[in-house]
Parts: sequence; C-alpha cells; structure tokens
Amino acid sequence: MQSRMDGMDGVIIKTAGISKEFSGVYVLKDINVEIRRGEVFGIVGENGAGKSTFIKILGGTYTPSEGQIFFDGKPVHIRDAGVAKRIGIAMIPQEVNLVSDLNVYENIFLGNEYRVGAWLLDKKKMMSKARELLHDLHTDIAPDERIDRLSVAQKRMVEIAKAITHDPKVLIMDEPTASLTQYEIDVLLDLMRRLKERGVTVIFISHRLKEVKRVCDRVMVLRDGETVSIDSATDLSEHEIAKRMVGRELDTIFPEKVEAQGTTVLRVEGLSVKGVLHDVSFDLKKGEILGFAGLIGAGRTELAEALIGVRRKTSGKILVHDKECVVNSPGDAIRHGIAYLSEDRQGIGILTSFNLVANTTLVSLGKYCRLLINARKEREKARFYVDAFNIKAPSIETRLEFLSGGNQQKVSLAKSLDPGPEVFILDEPTRGIDVNAKKEIYDFIRQLVMSGISCILISSELEEIIGMCSRVAVMRDGRIAGILEGDRICEEEIMYYATGLKGRAS
Amino acid sequence: MNIRAIPKKMVPKRLDYERFGSLYALILLFIISSIASPYFLQLQNILNILRQVSYTGIIALGMTFVIISGGIDLSVGSMTALVGGIVILTLNKFGGEIGEIGAIVVAIVVGMLLGLVGGAANGLIITVGKVAPFVATLGTMAIFRSLTLYISNAGEFRSASSMYPELGMGDLIGIPVPVWIMLGLAVVFHIVLTRTRYGRYVCAVGSNERVARYAAIKTEVIRFTSYLVVGLTVAVSAVLLSSRLNSISSTNAGLNFELDAIAAVIIGGTPLTGGSGTIPGTVFGAIILGIINNMLNMLGVSPYLQGTVKGLVIIGAVLIQGKRR
Ligand SMILES: Nc1ncnc2c1ncn2[C@@H]1O[C@H](COP(=O)(O)OP(=O)(O)OP(=O)(O)O)[C@@H](O)[C@H]1O
Ligand SMILES: [Mg+2]
Repeated sequence: MQSRMDGMDGVIIKTAGISKEFSGVYVLKDINVEIRRGEVFGIVGENGAGKSTFIKILGGTYTPSEGQIFFDGKPVHIRDAGVAKRIGIAMIPQEVNLVSDLNVYENIFLGNEYRVGAWLLDKKKMMSKARELLHDLHTDIAPDERIDRLSVAQKRMVEIAKAITHDPKVLIMDEPTASLTQYEIDVLLDLMRRLKERGVTVIFISHRLKEVKRVCDRVMVLRDGETVSIDSATDLSEHEIAKRMVGRELDTIFPEKVEAQGTTVLRVEGLSVKGVLHDVSFDLKKGEILGFAGLIGAGRTELAEALIGVRRKTSGKILVHDKECVVNSPGDAIRHGIAYLSEDRQGIGILTSFNLVANTTLVSLGKYCRLLINARKEREKARFYVDAFNIKAPSIETRLEFLSGGNQQKVSLAKSLDPGPEVFILDEPTRGIDVNAKKEIYDFIRQLVMSGISCILISSELEEIIGMCSRVAVMRDGRIAGILEGDRICEEEIMYYATGLKGRAS
Repeated sequence: MNIRAIPKKMVPKRLDYERFGSLYALILLFIISSIASPYFLQLQNILNILRQVSYTGIIALGMTFVIISGGIDLSVGSMTALVGGIVILTLNKFGGEIGEIGAIVVAIVVGMLLGLVGGAANGLIITVGKVAPFVATLGTMAIFRSLTLYISNAGEFRSASSMYPELGMGDLIGIPVPVWIMLGLAVVFHIVLTRTRYGRYVCAVGSNERVARYAAIKTEVIRFTSYLVVGLTVAVSAVLLSSRLNSISSTNAGLNFELDAIAAVIIGGTPLTGGSGTIPGTVFGAIILGIINNMLNMLGVSPYLQGTVKGLVIIGAVLIQGKRR
C-alpha cells in the first residue's frame, strides 16, 4: 500500500515526554511519538491503558503534567478545545457528546453557525450542508431530526459529520466504530482513506484489531500508560498486536458453544411497536444464547426496549414459562426475571456521578436492605464484580466518571446482572472492551448460560454473534427476516438477510 | 482485587468540598465573627441565631430532597403562611370544645395533613401534569398566598390559646424547641438520604432520570414524594412559627422563606442541578446565613442591605462550586 503522499512526508504532531498524572498517579508516562502528515495512526491498548487520556491531551481536554507537544514543528500549548480547533485538531470523544435538545444540523454547526448578515442564522444553508455531509457518510438521518431520537450509532455518525465540517488537519477518533455495524464501519474506514488522500492525519483508537490493521499505517501499542511499540501496521498481525497489548500470549477468544437445554423460557408472539417493530415472534430456550443481528435501524434495540417495557407495544404477547406477562415498565421486566444491558452506556446504563458500589446495586438495591442499606454486603458484592470482570479502578468508592470507557462498561454489565435474571438481554455487551477482557466476558456469559440463564445477544460485531450464539435472528426494518441455525450461522448468510437479499420482503 | 497502583488519595476534590466546604466556611465565619464582636460568642446570642434559622432550616432539610431529585419548590414561603393560618383557625375553633391540649393536637395534625396536601398538589402538577417544577411552584406560591390573604381578609390569624405559645417559646435543657426539632429532623433525614433505598433513589433520579428509569426505579413516585417531604417540613415550620408568635400575618408570614431555604441548600454544597448533596451541608448553610444576618445586625449595617449580602453569598457559593467542577 502506498501510504504517504510524496513531499508531504513531514511530522504534524510530535510529543516529547508527555506524562499525565491524576492526584499523584501517573496514567501516562513519557510518551514520545511523531505522527506524520496524512497518515492513519492507530492507538491500541487494554481498557485503562491511557489511550483516551493521551488523545484528550492532544484535543485540549486535559493538559499534560509534563512534556511538550509540537504541532507542525512549533511548540504549542493546547490549553483547551478551542485552541485545538484553531490549530486544526478535531476530536470525536469516546462518549457521545451532543446536545440532545437540539436537532442534527444545529449540533453539527454548533459554535460555527452560518449566518446571514451579522445576526441571523442561515438555517437553509446549514440544513443543506448537513444533508450533504450525512449523505457523504451514507446515512439517511434527517438534518432536522432531534438528537434524542437517534440511536447510538446514528449519534456517532452525526459526531463524525460534525468533526469533519471544519476541514481539520488532524482528526482524532476515540473508538468511533464501537456500536457501529459492519456497513457503517466500512463507510467510516472509507472516509478515513479519503481524508488521508486529502492529506488529513487521522488518529484512530479501536479495540477491533481487524479494522486497525485494515486502515492504519502505523500502530502504537500502550500498556499501563507506557508505549510498548510503534510499528508499521503491515508488519503486525492481529495476534501480535493483541499479544503486545496484554503483555502475554492469548488463546482462542470464544469459548465452546453450549447446547440449549430444551424448555422454552421466553416466547414472544406478534410483537409490534408503532413505526419500529412489526409482528416479531421468537422463542428462547433455557440456557440458550440467541443472537440478534441486523443493520443500524433494523429495530434490535427497539425490540429489547419493548421487551423491558419502555416502549409501548401496539400488539403482541410476551410469555415467560408459557404464562403471559404484562411488562409495562423496567420494574415489571425485573419482576419477571428479564434484565437489560443497554448499548447506551452513559445515557442509560450507568450513573457517572455515582460510585462503583452504588452503580453495581442500582437495580438490585432491594436485596441489600431491610430498613437501611447493608453497606457491607453491598461493598462485598461490588468487590466480587471487580474481581470477576477485572475492573480497573482506584477504589470501589470512585465515581464512574473517573473510570475508563471499558471499565465503565464492565460496571454496567455488573449492574444489569446483579438482580439475577433468568433472561438476560445483552445489547452490545463488549462495546469498548479490550480483547482480553472480551474473552473474560464471553467466558462469563458461557458460565451464566451453563447455569441455566438464557441470553439474548444483540451485537453489531458479527464475529461475536457467530462465535457465541446457537441461533441467530436477523432483523431488517423492524421485522425478523430469518432465523439461522447451525452451519447457516455465517457472515454471508447473515448479511443476505440483513440487507434483504434473502428472507421476507418488508 | 484489582486496585492496582492507584492510591486512595485520588478521591476527587469536589467530593471534599461537597462534604466539608460549607463546614470550612462556617468555621471561618465563626472565627471572624467572634473577633469582630465580643458579644457574638455569648451563649444567648448563639442560641438566638440557631432559633432564628431553625424555621427556614427545617424547610431547607426537605428542600434538600427536592433539589437533589432535580426539582425546586418556590411555594414553601406562602405555604408556611397558609398552613400556619389554618392551624390557628383550627386551634380557635376547637379550643372551646375539647380543651386546649386536645385542640393543639388536632391543630397540629391538621397542619401536617395540610402540608402533605400542599406538597401533593405540587408533586401532582409536576409529575402527572408534566409542568416544570419552577413554573408549577411559582404558580402555587401565588395561589397559597392569595388563599391566605382571602381567608384572613388580608389581616392576621390570632390564636386565643394561652398554652400554644409555650410550644414555640419553650426550651429543653436551655436549647429552644425549634432548634431541637431542626437537629432531630436533620439526623433522621441524613439517615434517610444516605442509608436507605429511598435516599439512594432520590440521588439517582436527580443524577440522570433516564438511567434511573431503566434501572426499574419509579422515578415519578420518587419525585412526587420529595414534594411530600418538603410539604411536611413546611408544616412543621409553620406550627413552630405560629406558636412562637401565637399569630400569623397573612401578608408577612413566611415571606422569602423560599429564598432562605434554597440558599441554605446551595451554600451547603448541593448543586441546583441535583444528583447529590448532604443534609449536614444544608444545616451548615442555614447557620451560615443566620450568622451573617446576626453579624450585620450587630455591626449596624442597614437591614435593607442585608439582602445584598445574602445574595452575594449565594452567588459566591455557586461560583466556588462551579470552579471545583
Ligand atoms: N479524570 C480522571 N481522573 C482520575 N483518573 C482518571 C481520569 N481519567 C482517566 N483516569 C484513569 O486513567 C486511566 C486511563 O484511562 P483512559 O480513559 O485513558 O483509558 P483508555 O485506554 O481509554 O481505556 P478504554 O479502552 O477503557 O477506553 C484509567 O485507569 C482511569 O481510571
Ligand atoms: Mg478510552
């Protein structure tokens, strides 16, 4: 692959001895790196390795405790996001950061509105420009849609559109592909290549090593805040990258599949939700992992939300152990043994201002109190999950806002699991989780299933669906297009149904 | 466990402020005041301050719950007047029939119920009617005051009882009854907020209502009950106030109580956006306001300027909190 443009071989960002401490603890140590103009620079590492911290320093969210950044050869002090923007650094943070009361185009142009004269906003121009940008990204999001009505993946696309409006010289993306499906990922990777051709430098963080290898020119591996290596991506295999991240050899990632145990635990009949779900029927056996695949907007999260009672059903029945249940609120769902892990970590999953303990027991708090909360019991349980999921945190009293994205995700998982559900709906359970921790979570899910819990696994990572599930329902336009079993669970077959080449027409 | 290499001292600074900031401010103010005026440290003066702040301090305790859950209640002042007035009417009505003690008990019960009804009205408008708390309670603030004026013909509710004032004027081992009640309620509320499911849920709802809803918390119920809590504290305060004065002025009683109560909560470190907060902080906040008033009086500052100082203190507290964020 021809990786650099001739004559533009210069270094755009150079860091010299960058370190960052939070209250005396170094989470980044002595990072020296030269990022070249027009390259795609990958950063990988375990959860909590310091990836987000590093790019937040480049993007002006944090200032380094020590060290110096050079931009275009000149030393710069990136005091805040404004400075970063002025010198041409755009950043898409790990967590969606849009104003949910505004609509799509208002968010895209927030702070850079087009004007007619000095005061009036040029809405028309912004609308059409936004439509153009979104069209470029191959999404059909309407520019005047309100943000809070978009899915996580759609919000992600809006963030990307927002970041590229200002023609940045450097575009930093922190796990942009988490929760995107293969189709959008392809669009995004293609966009990255196009940007690169225009001489834009892209810094890219991801836990999906396959795409890192596909799109990056060079890859930096971080471990515990230190640089392990910086190498050309072509010289590295996925396996090798993973090994460097973890610091030891990794074995196969997916555990052996478990046979379902026969009896039907959950049956859904003719479930419809106005505008998003049409006549969805399926059943879930004891100890089964039923996968749900499909493109963005296929209605998988909406289905989960209907099952836990946050979306009003227009028709259909939910039967647990052959008994019809009324599920009109998450409380009802919990009572019938249905738990949900949301794909939207910070919007739905966890309370960032609560500590690890209080988040863990948020749903199941009833188990921990008579009149007063039994603090000791609660803390013991939190410690149990810290060990089980290897959660990296300063202490169990730490507020979640100070945990890395992947570690927040693990807490979210613990929270949903703690009520002891019979049916566990996992919506993107490994979003933002590193390869090693992923394996631990897969093993854990397998243990759950072996102990008789049934899982519904919604995932945009086909590999995960294929590796974990004994049956896969493929959704398209709010319907189940087909249910695959055995050998038919493979990438091509799933994509056929997901895109409508096979299965019932919508 | 996997708490590797990151020592305990990384506890975020804002937590410290939330917990202790108002205490530090109180201590500082205390020292300054005792230097500025030798009279300040006299027991009688201290007790006076405590008694003066107890009426709005009690309301501030309930207000803490409302604000943590993400709401606000502007109607507490006029509700105090309305409840106080009706308590006195009840007292006068039953005084002749069932004896004074009986009448006092009945009046207090009526007062408490009325406080709950007032709180429930606010809560229903906000949760069922989906009206923003600020607007809803701005409306009921006007309504409660107007009802008070109407019932009393813009005059005064006067109690005929001679025993009733003993409640509000009395003391126990030298400390006034309202102070005891404020401290007692503070202990109870503190335990409820930090050690019970309800308290945890109040914080969760204020922190992120959506997360709370998905976590199977009945967010509307939690929000509704927080207005009941503040209604109850208003009733307690109204009883104490009316018994101390043995009367309630329909135009003046409870005036600006909402300001003082909200100020105490905010100075106590509870952010107006909700999600977290402490009861001790609110108590300290209330006492800080009391000491400031007391000092301004002693230093002979015009009473008309005292509002300015109070306003500056509130703004300053919020500024400091914003900086810490
Ligand atoms: N504001 C903060 N205050 C204190 N500690 C922090 C703060 N931000 C991050 N940390 C700590 O720094 C470490 C690195 O976090 P960072 O978010 O950079 O990890 P990451 O590599 O992006 O991980 P992930 O893959 O999970 O997103 C973590 O242990 C985290 O707890
Ligand atoms: Mg991160």
